[in-house]
Amino acid sequence: MKNIWAIFKKEIKTYFTSPIAYVVITVFLVLIGFFFYSLIWWFNSQSLQMAQNPYSYQQLNINQMVYSPLFQNMSIILLLMIPLLTMRLFSEEKKSNTDELLYTCPISINQIILGKYFASLFVLLAMLFLTGILSIFTFAYGNPELVPILNGYLGLFLQGAAFIAVGIFFSSLTENQIVAAVLTFGTLLLFWILSWASYSAGGIWKGVLNYLSFIQHFDDMTRGILDTTDLVYYLSFIFLGLFLTHSVIQSRRWR
Amino acid sequence: MIEVENLTKKYGDLVAVKNLNFKVEKGKIWGLLGPNAAGKTTTMRILTGYLPATDGKAFVANYDVFEKPNDVKKIIGYLPENVPLYPEMTVHSYLSFVSEIKQIPASQRKEHIEKAVEMSGLEPVRKRLIKNISRGFKQRVGIAQALIHDPQVLVLDEPTAGLDPAQIIEIRKLIKSLKGEQTILLSTHILAEVTQTCDGVVIINEGNLMASGSLEELTASFKEKEGVVIKLKKGGKDVLSLLQKIHGVDEVSHADDEFKIEWTKGKDMRDEITKLIVDKELGLIEMRPLAMNIEDLYLKVISGGVAQ
Repeated sequence: MKNIWAIFKKEIKTYFTSPIAYVVITVFLVLIGFFFYSLIWWFNSQSLQMAQNPYSYQQLNINQMVYSPLFQNMSIILLLMIPLLTMRLFSEEKKSNTDELLYTCPISINQIILGKYFASLFVLLAMLFLTGILSIFTFAYGNPELVPILNGYLGLFLQGAAFIAVGIFFSSLTENQIVAAVLTFGTLLLFWILSWASYSAGGIWKGVLNYLSFIQHFDDMTRGILDTTDLVYYLSFIFLGLFLTHSVIQSRRWR
Repeated sequence: MIEVENLTKKYGDLVAVKNLNFKVEKGKIWGLLGPNAAGKTTTMRILTGYLPATDGKAFVANYDVFEKPNDVKKIIGYLPENVPLYPEMTVHSYLSFVSEIKQIPASQRKEHIEKAVEMSGLEPVRKRLIKNISRGFKQRVGIAQALIHDPQVLVLDEPTAGLDPAQIIEIRKLIKSLKGEQTILLSTHILAEVTQTCDGVVIINEGNLMASGSLEELTASFKEKEGVVIKLKKGGKDVLSLLQKIHGVDEVSHADDEFKIEWTKGKDMRDEITKLIVDKELGLIEMRPLAMNIEDLYLKVISGGVAQ
């Protein structure tokens, strides 16, 4: 535990002494701010239009009309940003030979991986937490439901955590950060659009592709549904990513 | 303290280290000498647990490196050839990170960092970012990192590579000052380094052990011939032929005003030579024993398959 903490602290320091974390967080917040603004603006104009009709006015729902699409947008932006957060985690150690220090210290590979993983999770949490500022306005001037929002954030967090696990894996494969980022991005995008192929697929494949794709699981979570299948999906994704990372590092040393 | 038995490491088909055997006693400084690509770094990486060996055994302080890697890692300090530094950290925060992952208890960390900073002379750059300090200081940070946890064994891969002469002398001094408390294995391809700092040497070439032993042992065993170098007032060809005629002398060569006289080990021709010089009034200025130094030894080993 102490070792994980030491690696965690070191990674956090690296994130925040170099511009990476600031740039990623800032760009993320600017984009989310813009999406939020346009969604609110649209919601506003809808409300004005429907004010004449009491029935449809009742149907207006800020959770569905603002938060659901906002979470979708956030998860796409996370897909773009997370490869940039994870690309240097192992590739830079290898490039600057600092892996030789880590692997000759009395500290296990798992501890190194977890320390790095938690550090990225921390940055992800910071990103998500800061978007919470937006909700101050919706709660001040409207009456959204809290539970579906929290559920959406949980979905974003799990999805981001899965993205990070994929990113760490690709970072352990190469000493080139760009290669790691591109591979991560490509893989995540592929898993994202996997469900598209399910339209044409038949039989069991339809279900398999749908299950493997991020979209299905994330949709559930943004709509306020907390299903154990989705939890299992994300957790197994994370576990697989970290397990493969461990295998890569272990096998490199035996080669 | 360090023991290597039949160590072999293959990278695919390439054999980097082949059946290596050597031993380093406690408290001694040994040099691992060899040309580039001889297998020095591979040997050190195996000893420090960075790489597993293909075959053979290695022990550090009686711990098997392959079976008890964590015990070994706790008592070994390692300076890799490319110093593992995080350029974005300050010297102090780097050392503090290293002290954490080397399992120094929190209460003793400060003390250990102070000691390492003092020993490696890092006080002036302590607060600076590693990317902004000079090559010499970076090397010292590497050494500080290696000895921060008071390891019983230090493995230093080319500790003086890329430094200027003054820095080299300082690093050598530092290494020598550690002698006695620590057992040190350092690799180098600079011969002078071995003669100046080491007690013993392991010479390897293309993964094969060429020779190993203490410096005196080695020079003695490689010395097949003994001889003297003399300096005379008179010179020239006739002197050369006179010297060659001495019974028992194998070879006489001359360069400038000095004559190098060699004979087979065991005889002592100095009396005869002196007698001749006195008889012929050649005017002796200087006579010194011909020393077979480590350089001769090294070149001999590298060039021509002297296997032991």
